[in-house]
Amino acid sequence: MTPLPSPEEIKTLIEAGVPGATVTVIANGSPSAQHSLLLDHEHARAVAEFLRDHAELKLDFCSLVTGVDWPDTETTAKVKGKKLVAGPDGVEQEQEVEETRKTKVPGYLEAVYHLFSMGKKHGPVVLRLRTANRTDGTHLPSLTPVWRSAEFQEREAFDLYGIVFDGHPDLRRILMWDGFVDYPMRKDYVPPEDDILVTGVKA
Amino acid sequence: MEQDLKELKIELSKNGIFTTTLEEIYNWGRKNSVWPLTFGLACCAIEMIATTMARYDLARFGAEVFRPSPRQADLIIVSGTVTKKMAPQVVRLYNQMPEPKYVIAMGACAISGGPFRDGYNVLKGIDRYIPVDVHIPGCPPRPEALIHAFMTLQKKIDEQALRGADRPRHLQADLPSEFPVPAFGAHGLEPAQNDEVFLAEQGNPLKVIQ
Repeated sequence: MTPLPSPEEIKTLIEAGVPGATVTVIANGSPSAQHSLLLDHEHARAVAEFLRDHAELKLDFCSLVTGVDWPDTETTAKVKGKKLVAGPDGVEQEQEVEETRKTKVPGYLEAVYHLFSMGKKHGPVVLRLRTANRTDGTHLPSLTPVWRSAEFQEREAFDLYGIVFDGHPDLRRILMWDGFVDYPMRKDYVPPEDDILVTGVKA
Repeated sequence: MEQDLKELKIELSKNGIFTTTLEEIYNWGRKNSVWPLTFGLACCAIEMIATTMARYDLARFGAEVFRPSPRQADLIIVSGTVTKKMAPQVVRLYNQMPEPKYVIAMGACAISGGPFRDGYNVLKGIDRYIPVDVHIPGCPPRPEALIHAFMTLQKKIDEQALRGADRPRHLQADLPSEFPVPAFGAHGLEPAQNDEVFLAEQGNPLKVIQ
């Protein structure tokens, strides 16, 4: 049994095997050190096929697909800059001022795939795919044509997070009913007001 | 008058004469042959199954025949979490049962949604759509608690008067025996509750104050 190559080594293998593919290693700082590989949309399918068919990796089993919601965040940073400020005598002088700048970091939705190899008995290799944003650009390429086991789990990510998987053979809601419009696992989901306990008043 | 009759009956039975009333014998028969529906929703159903097995033996109370069809059942034990997706089916099953019919809400979930109350997918109590006769708290309630609920229901059946204004629902032609099945809406079930059932009881502590 050969040990699983490190994420960096897998990245090198992919970039050699799939021309044009961009792979970013995303480090996991926790003790598990389960680093993952971020793929680009265009080559995701080709990379997936490469990982499945590669003689050494043979990642033939996708055990898990899940969605992650990263909401829009705002970062505040104190920036030191130089500015022309009018002095008491009316003459403009250059002074050092500290400014707080707020920058909006747009959020995105993420699909995470955990891959194992049945033959080689190794894994997991973690793949990530990120959408452009959380509103109108929620499309991702489906990996169901590569691993059939991803079918229901991609449907679940579509149902609960609203990630649209292009190329999925049967993309419908799986847990909620068809007429449902919300995505309940998103961080900004607000459940319907059907709680009556809060209005209970003793007579 | 009633007290006199009772004493007379006791006196007669001491002399070997057995008397009864239609109401008594009718309720005695009904309460000792309550057939529940074979119906379980979650972990409470496991306790319900345990209640019917040899150790707890629900058959002692005449309820050993779990009927696989709502058409033959008298009692629906809502044993477990009612998800919003399941709620219309539960109400439909109840509607398909013939009168007289009774409901036991078993466990925290069936009463109020329990630990899953804040979830987007769980109904906050089956009493929003169908009239519940006995509530059992617990997560899950032990078989003894279910047996206690069953005995409470038997007592309730036994005390039902067949005449008068407060006779049971199945003897009042103008009262409904079926209740509206909630529909799947865009954000949840529509309506969120059936006010006629949910707020019908006087002095309901959960009553909505506008």
